Amino acid sequence: MRSKFHSPIVLLGARLLSPYIMVFGWYVIFHGHYSPGGGFQGGALLAASILLIRVSGGRIVSRMQLREYFNTPLAIIGVFIYFLTGIVAMVAGGYFLDYGQLPIPGMEPYWLRYTGILIIEVGIGLTVMAILVMIYDNMVKGEDYG
Amino acid sequence: MKLFKILILALFAGVLIYASLDLPYRGDPDNRMHAERSINDTAVIGNYAIQEAYNDAHTPNMVTVILGDYRSIDTFGEQIVIYTAGLITLLVLRRSRRRKKS
Amino acid sequence: MVDFFTGHYAYWFTLILLCVGLYGIIFKRNLVKKTIGLAILQASVVLFFVSIASKWDATVTVIDKNIPVEQVESYLNPLPHTLMLTAIVVGVATLGVAFTLLIAIYNRYGTLDEQELLEEIQ
Repeated sequence: MRSKFHSPIVLLGARLLSPYIMVFGWYVIFHGHYSPGGGFQGGALLAASILLIRVSGGRIVSRMQLREYFNTPLAIIGVFIYFLTGIVAMVAGGYFLDYGQLPIPGMEPYWLRYTGILIIEVGIGLTVMAILVMIYDNMVKGEDYG
Repeated sequence: MKLFKILILALFAGVLIYASLDLPYRGDPDNRMHAERSINDTAVIGNYAIQEAYNDAHTPNMVTVILGDYRSIDTFGEQIVIYTAGLITLLVLRRSRRRKKS
Repeated sequence: MVDFFTGHYAYWFTLILLCVGLYGIIFKRNLVKKTIGLAILQASVVLFFVSIASKWDATVTVIDKNIPVEQVESYLNPLPHTLMLTAIVVGVATLGVAFTLLIAIYNRYGTLDEQELLEEIQ
């Protein structure tokens, strides 16, 4: 998986498909309220669009899309978004992860819950994408140790 | 040794099929789990979630409301599980150190 | 008699899938094939839970404009679907950790066969 795959047709097909799969992944995350979908499914689609280039292009080509040391900070940012929403709701009164008490001005309680669920789904999507790509990267790097 | 393994597998399959003869019919609307009220006259979670999900969060998708609003701490724990699995792959596959000869 | 068969055949197919997964874990000697058996077992458990939550002539768990929400017989039960989302993701994390451990075993011992590994460890 470190060197290039020996057929240029596979690389051309992956290069054409990968941006559209990423846009569809963001669509599935943000339309989790109105159709089947949500955080986990959108995160898996985003990871699929990055892994397509990693498998068919090798290490040098895929570094142009997403560097390998960005995976851990992205995962930590995803967990932090979830945790900060809970802490902000706890500081403003109410219990942990109670979206009815978020301090956004001028909304009724059910619109506050709607916004709280939306923020959480974005955090989950980022974490799932970063961790699935990180598992693949570490397995490829660990093949030649030992 | 192989006969012993075959016997255990056949016994397990037999016990499972015998236990599944008593399950309710699939899709019957008179099931115990699709009822309106439970035995102790409390609300059953399936029907409560169907009827109250739109009033609570104005979201047509009921599964997202349950995952993100009623059971949000379970989803938080699951995110921690995914993160821990990612960290395990980072820590297990390391460059092995040279052992010192003593 | 026909009613009994129509009501229960979904459970029997799921149990056959579970037994196929168990056969892979018990009878195969290679470690990668045992892990594939574990993945089949997890998929069969997810399928069993989702097949329980069905009702006759019911639609998906997304609220439709034409069907009023007080009519609970025409919407599927949303609770098993929610629990199985969590179960699928935990299964993926477990498989990731399992394959990482297999790579570490192969780097250290040079083989992935069960009998040779047992003899080399002792």
